[in-house]
Amino acid sequence: MRTNRLAVVAAAALAAALAAGCSGGSGESAAPTASGGAAAGPVTLTYWTWVPNMDKIAAAWNRSHPDIQVTVSKQAGGDDAAAKFLTAAKAGNPPDLVQAEYQMLPSFVAADAVADIKAETAQVKGEFGDGVWGLVTLGTDAVYAVPQDSGPMMLYYRRDLFEKYGIEVPKTWDEYAQAARTVHRKDPKVFLGTFSSKDPGWFAGLAQQAGAQWWSIDGDAWKVAVDDDATTKVANYWGGLVKEGVIDGMPYFTPEWNKALNDGTLLTWPSAVWGPGVLSSNAPKAKGKWAVAPLPQWNAGENHSGFWGGSSTAVAAKSPHKAAAVKFATWLNTDPQALDLLIKEGSVYPASTKGAALLTEAPEYFSGQPDFWRQAAAIGATARGFTFGPDVNVTYNAYKDAFDKAVAARSDFAAAVRTMQDTTVADMQKSGFTLAK
Amino acid sequence: MARPTTGARAGHAGAVPYLFLAPAMALFTLFMALPIGYTVYLSLRRTKVSGLGLGKGARKEIFTGLDNYVNALGDGELWAGWLRVLGYGALVLAFMLGLALLFALMLDASRVRLARFTRISIFLPYAVPGVAATLMWGFLYLPTLSPFGGLPFLGADVVTFSMANVAVWGGTGFNMLVLYTNLRAVPRDYYEAARIDGAGELQIALRIKVPMLTPAIILTTVFSVIATVQVFTEPTTLRPLTNTISSTWSPLMKVYRDAFVTGDLYSAAATSVVIAAISLVLSFGFLRVVKSRAFGEG
Repeated sequence: MRTNRLAVVAAAALAAALAAGCSGGSGESAAPTASGGAAAGPVTLTYWTWVPNMDKIAAAWNRSHPDIQVTVSKQAGGDDAAAKFLTAAKAGNPPDLVQAEYQMLPSFVAADAVADIKAETAQVKGEFGDGVWGLVTLGTDAVYAVPQDSGPMMLYYRRDLFEKYGIEVPKTWDEYAQAARTVHRKDPKVFLGTFSSKDPGWFAGLAQQAGAQWWSIDGDAWKVAVDDDATTKVANYWGGLVKEGVIDGMPYFTPEWNKALNDGTLLTWPSAVWGPGVLSSNAPKAKGKWAVAPLPQWNAGENHSGFWGGSSTAVAAKSPHKAAAVKFATWLNTDPQALDLLIKEGSVYPASTKGAALLTEAPEYFSGQPDFWRQAAAIGATARGFTFGPDVNVTYNAYKDAFDKAVAARSDFAAAVRTMQDTTVADMQKSGFTLAK
Repeated sequence: MARPTTGARAGHAGAVPYLFLAPAMALFTLFMALPIGYTVYLSLRRTKVSGLGLGKGARKEIFTGLDNYVNALGDGELWAGWLRVLGYGALVLAFMLGLALLFALMLDASRVRLARFTRISIFLPYAVPGVAATLMWGFLYLPTLSPFGGLPFLGADVVTFSMANVAVWGGTGFNMLVLYTNLRAVPRDYYEAARIDGAGELQIALRIKVPMLTPAIILTTVFSVIATVQVFTEPTTLRPLTNTISSTWSPLMKVYRDAFVTGDLYSAAATSVVIAAISLVLSFGFLRVVKSRAFGEG
């Protein structure tokens, strides 16, 4: 009797789930595409994001906007999140709003997965710097997202150990190389830094600092220059140090790396402004010992940085409630209350100039450096990015495979950069993109 | 009462058998046939971009015939992946099934103490999910964290062995259990007869138990071949920890990369079909070769 009842309940639940799944699908596609939605009662929006505590921020919006209710669906972030969104868009049931990393936005645009929201965002354009805004227009007339956070790069270093090994904070990459040699000579177990073959975004940021332009639009054609002089210079620099054995080759965000950060066998991390969050969770033992400085420069007296990471809020092209979605996206990234919540709850470094100014109190992990945010803002102003192409994922994957091999074999890094270039060009040609010669 | 009126019944029943079949057929169609059909359909298509590929209508899906298959079959990286998996599979099959057989025979020998405890401890790793097992071994392998000193378990030459070790650790218990259960089903009379004829435990094992087990050994081999051809979890989980495993280390990893990293569902579909075909050929080929030996005239 008991088992029978259970079976019936299970079958009923399954049937209900199937029915819900089916009707959900057809309902969405049948929904009217009228974007106002005022007459149709409260509009419900789904939002895919990996910002921590975004549900709390959305709850604040939901309280003050009963007609537009936002439901947050927490994502894992990174490449997987982008793939998931592209697949959902292809299947016809994407979320209304999605967190889009700047380098993935062109892929979303190329797949026709995100909407052009130029008209609706015209009045918030002034809230952002030109560099960041360029990342959501891709250098075209359209606007494909509202910038959320940005990741200007700086040099995180162990102040206590710099003193112990008697090295100065390097102003140029030459000084950084010298310091790497000094440290490694004094203690062969200790490295000044490590080259990560798993983080193409990091390498792209360093290339940006050197002035690279991996993609650009030339009339109606893409120009691809992943192996340009600036990038090759960066690759050769790190390749030489890895070959020499004074820079380690372990990837970031691994258990080994955490251990090295904690036990003081790794002294620097050229990273982005979101670094404190990572350091405080991955290297809790080193709290208060890390400090921040501008990235070393290629030529003394210069003042450049690049971007690692950063993301925007995009509206799905297939969303039936685009206008409502844009309203939320602009509120989230420009409204003072939202920015405050983004900073406090989401640990986000806002892309909006107003938002960055709200940051005053240094992160707890950097208690020894009260001017942390002033430094960050000054460095952020010097960061330069580049246009990302429509197949960044291919390029980034090629980076991982090529540099995995190059680091393991301590072979020519410039060859790995050429592999990235060739793979990117081959993929774009295969897809049919017009390429400039 | 005496004779069932089969002919009349069957004729009368008509649609009834189909009615009974319907749920299974419906589920099979929905969750097997349709997805496979869709995969084949996708594998014959690709996207065609024009100009910059930005904006509406810049990207179309077109029919390409067998182009994706030609590319998949001509891709050196895919074949290199097959080679790596072949080496890995040979290791896993030999060690996992060898150990499983050895443990099953040992447990079946009458003099073993703590048989139940031993059986469960050998089986237990199978209950650990593949990802968790690989992560655990991954931590043991990392030079600076490893309790086994700084041995380079994830070095380019050794990584295949390290990965095979994870699979052997996880899979031996299950295969042992299949073989052991089969052994328990062998009538004890045979052993008694053998003992009366003067056979020792070793001879009984080699001359009676192993031959009686042949069908079960073949079954476990086929399952293991299919599992190794599809190896994905171990290399994917270990990959972030080391730079010796590429994104196309195994054929299935290449499918995943094409579909979800570089966004080319169509190539991924074609490669999947190729992998399925190779799995079929391998497992049925193996069955064909051993059929006559295992199942008599077969």
